[in-house]
Amino acid sequence: MRFQLTEDQRALRTGVRELLTARFGRERLRAAMADAPALDRDLWRELGDAGFFALRLPEAAGGVGLGLPEAVLAFEEAGRVLLPGPLIATQLAAGTVPGAATGETVVTDVDTGGTVEWLAAADVVRGDAEGAVSVRSVDPLTPLHRVPVQDSGAAVDVPLKSLLTAAEQLGTGARVVELAVEHARTREQFGRPIGAFQAVQQLCAGMLVRVEVARAVVYAAAVTGDPADIAAARLLADEAAVHGARDCLQVHGGMGFTWESDVHLYLKRAWVRARRPGSVTECEELLAAGLLAEAG
Amino acid sequence: MDLTDTPQEAEFRARLREWLAKALPSLPDRPSPDDWPGRRAYDLGWQRTLYDAGYGEVHWGAEPAVRMIFLEETEKAGAPYVGANFVGLLHAGPTIAAEGTEEQKARWLPPVLRGEEVWCQGFSEPDAGSDLAALRTRARRDGDDYVVSGSKIWTSHAEVADWCELLVRTDPDAPKHRGITWLAMPMDAPGITVRPLRTLAGSNEFAEVFLDEVRVPVANRVGAENDGWRVTMVTLSFERGTAFVGEVVACRRVLGELALAARENGRWDDPVLRRRLGRLNAEFRALWRLTQWNVSDSVPGVGGSVFKLRYSHARQELYEAAAEVLGDPAALDLEQPWVLDRLSSLSYTIAAGTSQIQHNIVAERVLGLPKGR
Repeated sequence: MRFQLTEDQRALRTGVRELLTARFGRERLRAAMADAPALDRDLWRELGDAGFFALRLPEAAGGVGLGLPEAVLAFEEAGRVLLPGPLIATQLAAGTVPGAATGETVVTDVDTGGTVEWLAAADVVRGDAEGAVSVRSVDPLTPLHRVPVQDSGAAVDVPLKSLLTAAEQLGTGARVVELAVEHARTREQFGRPIGAFQAVQQLCAGMLVRVEVARAVVYAAAVTGDPADIAAARLLADEAAVHGARDCLQVHGGMGFTWESDVHLYLKRAWVRARRPGSVTECEELLAAGLLAEAG
Repeated sequence: MDLTDTPQEAEFRARLREWLAKALPSLPDRPSPDDWPGRRAYDLGWQRTLYDAGYGEVHWGAEPAVRMIFLEETEKAGAPYVGANFVGLLHAGPTIAAEGTEEQKARWLPPVLRGEEVWCQGFSEPDAGSDLAALRTRARRDGDDYVVSGSKIWTSHAEVADWCELLVRTDPDAPKHRGITWLAMPMDAPGITVRPLRTLAGSNEFAEVFLDEVRVPVANRVGAENDGWRVTMVTLSFERGTAFVGEVVACRRVLGELALAARENGRWDDPVLRRRLGRLNAEFRALWRLTQWNVSDSVPGVGGSVFKLRYSHARQELYEAAAEVLGDPAALDLEQPWVLDRLSSLSYTIAAGTSQIQHNIVAERVLGLPKGR
């Protein structure tokens, strides 16, 4: 058993992180808020050139030929920087929808709950988006539509999408710990950094625990592909991101409540992802049923 | 990322399973929890059985991944726990192996491996709990002996131990971490009084140990005088995240039993309870994966504190859920399964450093936040 990342996996993670840091830093994040509901198509094509969408496509089909663990690492990095767009839908469409793999075509899908992300920016919509109504999205970086017909997106691989969502949540969860710690180290009140107060330390440590426990099960689910592992990964990663972003906001105090701070963007995105199919109730019921099945 | 056994690991697992299937049916009956001599004999006998079969050193020599397989398979097969051998095999032994002289290793290690001697741990004191380095048990030099006076608490197996790994203060004027010395104290030395300590679960699992002018030979000191804190810390990460492998396996089994019991008594139809058990399934799956992650790490990382924080809480939640499954008045009946476990689980967020202190350790040492106050 060698569960830790291989050299190649570390290199992949570093590569994706460097690309995203260079091409999607804080300024681009704030600019993207002004662009939405349009997407930065140049960046999208660059991601395509770097193999982001073709990651799991076999080499014979022009892809990178890597597996789910590598995809999870890439989506974790996307989650760290709040990379916008229907990234998962487009990667899932690579090899099926022409141009998806290269980043020429932006693909979105109608999820099983009837929600569509980035409908206006997408070239191709998988599922029936007939009669879609715009929603005033809580997340300024995820335009949302609602489709009246339920189950119109049943063709989408829900467990796979749920796992990649968990990977994005993991990245967000890890990043908000860093933001909270940076702030707690530098912000002074009562003549000392607020991170010297045990109450603040406890918040930050709790955030890290949730992230590291989630990381273990998200990576394991990427290796096994087992639906129960995926459900566990999703539950814990949602918690790491949502609860983590809320605690990060709390550590930031009044500054965290402002539009100018980025903290709300992490929380809002985490909320949007947490509503995707494979939600809390579904995961908990699946895992409960699994207990009976395993115990006989 | 690879979760499969290597060929060597797979072979180890297969041979172990085969051996367990043969060895376990011939074990004697387990002694009652109050029968200390019986427990000592049983636990030592199991260690001897392991030793004879070539598994005596699995806690020491083996790769963490192999040790994990050993702990997983023995728990699944229902084999005895390490019990009275815990301190000898998992703490005092590794400390002596790492820091002892050749003579010390030759004297103390073989009897531990062969299941002949029991060790206990004299670390915590009434006024030195999470702040272990504040310990005050005093040792002064007198010729070839140290003369030790003070008291220790939370000492498991003190009633039946041959040796005690003892932390004493040899320099009261030095900074608190620098005046501590590690001694091997024979438990039959004059001046030692052992008093059982009854826990809230009603068990006599622990003892208090009172030391009144106990003479311990200087030759029993491991490491240099006043270097005992470092000597102790060297082995604290020894088990490399495998300490709770068996317990996580056991918790997952209990969780399955809870689901079956809930289906039996109709409480499974309550979606709140059902989902609570589902959530616990996620929790213990993740803890299992975190164990595998930590065991695969080439250096002991942050995993230990993270694991302990989450596991101790999850274990308590498991037995809270058990009370819900049992319902009233069964949840209040000590004869029912899981009710005593619910009580015992209360120690988990306290023992070996409270969760509050663990959070501070993570915040300061892992996240690099300023020292708390």
